[in-house]
Amino acid sequence: MDISFDLLLNAIAAGLLLGGFYAAVTAGVSISFGMLDIVNIAHPAFVILGSYLAYFININFGVDPILVSILMLPAFYALGTAVYQVYYLSFEKRGQESLRGLAFFFGLLFVTEVSLILVFGVDYRYVEAAYIGPSIHIGLVDLPLRMLVPCLAALALFGAIELFITRTFTGRAIMAVSQDQLALQLMAADPIRIKRIAFGISIATCAIAGALLIIIQPVEPSVGREYIGRVFAICVLGGLGSMPGTLIAAMLLGIVESLTATFYGPSWAPAVSFGFLLLTLAFRPAGLLGR
Amino acid sequence: MSALLHVDNITKRFGGFVALDGVELMVKPGERLGLIGPNGSGKSTLVNCICGTLQNEGGSVRFDGQVMDGLAAHQRTHRGISRSFQLPRPFHSMNLVDNLRIPLLYTVHARLGPLRSTGDLDARCLELLEMVGLAKKAKQMPRDLTQVEMRKLELARAMAAEPKLLIADESMAGLSHSEIEDILSLLVQLNERGITVILIEHIMSAVMSFSQRLAVLVSGKKIADGKPEDVVRDPEVVRAYIGQ
Amino acid sequence: MNTAKFSLIAIAIGAAVLAFAHWFKVDYLYFASYTILQFIVLATAWNILGGYCGYVNFGSAAFFAMGAYSSVFMHKFYPLPIPVLILIAATVSGIAGFGMGYLTLRLRGSFFAIATLALAVVLQTLVVNWEYVGGSRGAYIIRPENVEFAGITINYIEYLFALMLTLAVLALVTARVIERSQLGFGFATIRDDELAAEACGVPTLRLKLIATTLSGAFMGMAGAPFPYYIGYLQPSSAFGLEYAVNSIAMPMIGGTTSWVGPLVGAILLGSAQQYATVTISSAVNLLIVGLMLVAFVIIAPNGLIGLVQERLRAWRKP
Repeated sequence: MDISFDLLLNAIAAGLLLGGFYAAVTAGVSISFGMLDIVNIAHPAFVILGSYLAYFININFGVDPILVSILMLPAFYALGTAVYQVYYLSFEKRGQESLRGLAFFFGLLFVTEVSLILVFGVDYRYVEAAYIGPSIHIGLVDLPLRMLVPCLAALALFGAIELFITRTFTGRAIMAVSQDQLALQLMAADPIRIKRIAFGISIATCAIAGALLIIIQPVEPSVGREYIGRVFAICVLGGLGSMPGTLIAAMLLGIVESLTATFYGPSWAPAVSFGFLLLTLAFRPAGLLGR
Repeated sequence: MSALLHVDNITKRFGGFVALDGVELMVKPGERLGLIGPNGSGKSTLVNCICGTLQNEGGSVRFDGQVMDGLAAHQRTHRGISRSFQLPRPFHSMNLVDNLRIPLLYTVHARLGPLRSTGDLDARCLELLEMVGLAKKAKQMPRDLTQVEMRKLELARAMAAEPKLLIADESMAGLSHSEIEDILSLLVQLNERGITVILIEHIMSAVMSFSQRLAVLVSGKKIADGKPEDVVRDPEVVRAYIGQ
Repeated sequence: MNTAKFSLIAIAIGAAVLAFAHWFKVDYLYFASYTILQFIVLATAWNILGGYCGYVNFGSAAFFAMGAYSSVFMHKFYPLPIPVLILIAATVSGIAGFGMGYLTLRLRGSFFAIATLALAVVLQTLVVNWEYVGGSRGAYIIRPENVEFAGITINYIEYLFALMLTLAVLALVTARVIERSQLGFGFATIRDDELAAEACGVPTLRLKLIATTLSGAFMGMAGAPFPYYIGYLQPSSAFGLEYAVNSIAMPMIGGTTSWVGPLVGAILLGSAQQYATVTISSAVNLLIVGLMLVAFVIIAPNGLIGLVQERLRAWRKP
């Protein structure tokens, strides 16, 4: 197999851009799974929901998808808090989160996907924006804007969350609740409220991640399922709850997937992330930078 | 007389936090050892490392002449180490008799081979419940018990495994004076039958009256180990409890 | 009622169903019932690991598909009668269950659940790229008209139906035996409090591996006759999401604490889905399953049999 250098470079570049995007999708799970220990496997379904809403408003009103997603942040945040409230009252309180909590999120994933099929059908949908199409050329490397812009937006989102977690009181309370609920209670902060806020933020990120997704690639309802493996693989590989770890793991996965797709064909791509996940769980569940 | 339990210089870390820092402890067969220390000193971590719920990182744990490192908790229970949990962990989908049946089926039978019929098993469960004063609630579910009764169930379940070494982890919190006396006399009875007991407690009167030897754990290090009356007068121990 | 009596009653009921179907000879009835019987096996198998031990498996489709594709493989390599294929499928899926359990059961339950999802996708990708069994284009299996059995000629559909009926009876009897045995007792401690179970001397890893192996094996067995039933096997149908969702929804809606739950769930939900697919659409039918799963999990955590038990308890108290 002739590995041309410029093909390799481009594959790596594409992988990095993809990785940045993956980090944005995973940021929410880093919060819900990494910090709150909630296995929200419906997370990708909410991302796809974000994609479809961005598509709908973009196609009908011509608004830029990223702008749409920012406008939808409050709605998604509210959705997140509502879902957490149901989850908490039905499962966490009763100590049933392992079996029934998982089944609950699985049900949500399923219901969301099937509802989208019923409303929008199984055709691929895509958005239109000025930056979908052109690319910049730097030396041998082609950087398509439709990947560069989402990657930059993703990194901005990621940075914003990192700042929030480390610099604000609520953010630090979220980190605290993941480590010691009792101590938090003694500091007169309501852990349930903190967790609700955290989960709301986690789902809010889906609005933006969804818009970025549909800029990068056309979307149809079952695309969400491919992302379940990616998102949890990145989370586990990066070490649960570690934001810098998540970013590195996302880049790594992006590059490996890109190289696989370029040199072995795209039909092997899903196996990469899920295979990574299985290997990590089997041999190094604490992640690369694990605690 | 060689030690029944030899905790040989074990360390345990959680990320950057050192929970146990080179802890050395020896327990002779038939001894009554008390273990005290402020909250967060690592007592529960030590128990977890002895019992196999956690694996120690440095040093080793030797029991009855065998190295325990790497063995799972259930294997150590089969070899004769039994413990009660500080926060009671009953099997909530089963009644009290069934809760006690588990260690009988899985530990006693595993060690001695199935000797008993179901009738004998039930009788043994009731006998154990009688010892802790829960016989009347035999067919009830753990959720119907008070906190205090759950602690007694916890102890009964640990006893059901017919251990050589029983570690009672703060079983007396919240009990009345007479209930503490009951539990203490029960533990003494067990000890007289040859069971070595490690008692972890905050209730000093109980610890003092029960222990033949007292060890003190502070911030993951053992700072005292000797006769109870000497240990409580040790200036380092006094400082640890009253503060700097 | 001891196991022998129960097995005889189950077999008797099965034989009665078979006779009934044979008498009325409506082909569609065979197909619909086959699907429900298949779900009885899948739901019961799922429940051994999920309901009894508390470990959620999202990848039921993977084990089912492994059974189906092992049949396809053997069909191309060296054709064998279906009962033998069922045994092969049981072995393949059982080993897969064991292997996956060995790799991931030492971690928390939630990691295991995610790993099962991963397994399903990895397997699907492997099969899609495996030309020998048809890859993404699928494989055709021509179903013979009849089968010879001790001199009697049986219609092939009836034959498949009888096989699946046998598997269903076997699954139910196995689940019931486990429930009442020391093994089932041990499973319950794993579900209730794994740490305490270990401290009591329960070899939790060993028991969990038994559960995953059994569960995987039964799911594989349910998949073995599938290519013959359906005639044309594509990865998307073998690995279909409806298998994952139904294997979870049926026991959770029926009730996870006993063998009755998956049976009730499979019959009710399976029949409802057959009806809905024909009258409304298959997408809406799946939506209803999903909504019911979410609703039941929130409102009735012990499923239908739990609700019935509560009603009985309330009715008995004066």
